[in-house]
Amino acid sequence: MRLINRRPERGTWLLLAGLPFALAVGAYLVASGLRLAENPDDKLLPGLSTLGSALWRVAVEPDRRTGDILLWADTAASLGRLLVALGIASLSALLVGVAAGLVPHVRALLSPFVTAVCLVPPLAVLPILFIALGLGEASKVGLIVLGITPFLIRDLILRVDDLPRQQIIKAQTLGAGTWLVAIRVVVPQVLPRMVDAVRLSLGPAWLFLISAEAIAAESGLGYRIFLVRRFFAMDVILPYVAWITLLAFLMDWGLRKLQGKAFPWYEAARSGS
Amino acid sequence: MTGISVRDLWKEYGDQVVLERVSLDIAPRSFVALVGPSGCGKTTFLRMLLSEEVPSRGSITLDGKPLAPEPGPDRGVVFQRYSVFPHLTVLGNVLLGLELGRSRFWGRLFGPARAAARAEAAAMLEAVGLGHALDKYPAQLSGGMQQRLALAQALAAKPKVLLLDEPFGALDPGIRAEIHALMLDLWHSRPLTVVMVTHDLSEAFGLATRVIAFDRTRTRPEERLRYGATVTQDIEVWPKRVAGQPDKRIPQPNRPGRDDPATLDGPGRDDPAHAA
Repeated sequence: MRLINRRPERGTWLLLAGLPFALAVGAYLVASGLRLAENPDDKLLPGLSTLGSALWRVAVEPDRRTGDILLWADTAASLGRLLVALGIASLSALLVGVAAGLVPHVRALLSPFVTAVCLVPPLAVLPILFIALGLGEASKVGLIVLGITPFLIRDLILRVDDLPRQQIIKAQTLGAGTWLVAIRVVVPQVLPRMVDAVRLSLGPAWLFLISAEAIAAESGLGYRIFLVRRFFAMDVILPYVAWITLLAFLMDWGLRKLQGKAFPWYEAARSGS
Repeated sequence: MTGISVRDLWKEYGDQVVLERVSLDIAPRSFVALVGPSGCGKTTFLRMLLSEEVPSRGSITLDGKPLAPEPGPDRGVVFQRYSVFPHLTVLGNVLLGLELGRSRFWGRLFGPARAAARAEAAAMLEAVGLGHALDKYPAQLSGGMQQRLALAQALAAKPKVLLLDEPFGALDPGIRAEIHALMLDLWHSRPLTVVMVTHDLSEAFGLATRVIAFDRTRTRPEERLRYGATVTQDIEVWPKRVAGQPDKRIPQPNRPGRDDPATLDGPGRDDPAHAA
């Protein structure tokens, strides 16, 4: 059979999917073993036992200076910033995106401006945020919001455009004005599409979060890895990176599940049209 | 009763004349089919009746008053596709038509008002044969059932005029026959004036009281741009259909089809006796 017609069975699929992960871990262990054989004090590629004890230290034992358990304190700080920022960005993007997508005058007012803002590199604005909002939480949340909101708005305008014109006309023949078209026809239909856009913006959101924390913070996952970098503490950095990756994956997975649960009509409607 | 009057209507897009010199009077409660080759402007004409497009010249009046400049609840519509809302259930789609008209801010009804509207919507769906599918989403329905839903939704808002844009064009022949019967039923039982665009002549003559053909009268290449289509045929369907009086002759099994041998009993439509 041709390759394009051969499909892996469940077992083969799991094997294939697991292979790159196993290869990466294996390669790390081999390289780490080689370096440690040469120099037992090597800090660059710590072995499993070193990683394990470092993980124990940050995830279970309270910190000697503050009394907090570092990993959880950092996670709470980072996730708090991220979720607040995602909430603000989603809400404002929904408001602006639907208004601009539906009302031609609002679009004329906002669309070119949003496009321009979208092109400003958010990290270049970070110094301005630090100066204007101070070094506290506001500037970090602000960076994430500034970084992903223009993208979300542009995406939402496109999603509103994608709705068939017939539906807007139809709603008007049923007696809806602009407001009712927006809340009963447009918003319910763009919400599941916005979940997709938020999933795509999770990557940039984490990027901005860690950048802001690296530059000025007193807690947070990004703050911690940039802090221990000074001591070459790879045994802390590596578990932190894995943990951040896992958190990002869980958020993505959670949003996808939410989409299926909250909008049961969406999957069929998307494949049907 | 709602009559539509069209006076010297033109529609141009830039230099391109699409429709010209269209004048029509559509009687209340008639069922008008617009036919013609593709690109003849029949859908453009329907869009102007819907106020989705604005005429370049001329006027359209509804009951003697100029047509509102935007779509409204006085004119219902069913399109070939995308007429129903994918995010609402079958019941929700019809209920929406009632809620939008009755709740100006929330677009939702609550309590007894909602229960009443729900019963009304369910009755409407029962009438179009969707009583068993109230909780399904449109994507779970066949094409024919989706169009039944679209009809129910449009009619629940009680429009005076129903505009149909090739509503049955994408359906299988068997399904079409069923929905044609339903369409005639609905037209007979409700105070409706219907204007339907179709490219299917048998559908036009099978449903309408009057068939109007649009076509270009000037078709030389150098004329195509500056001459649009206009009304070329205006045919009263025979035997006459009258709204509210369902035609009892149609189901007669021994009535000869058009390709059957002619029967000798009684006058046919082309007999001299009838013409006189």
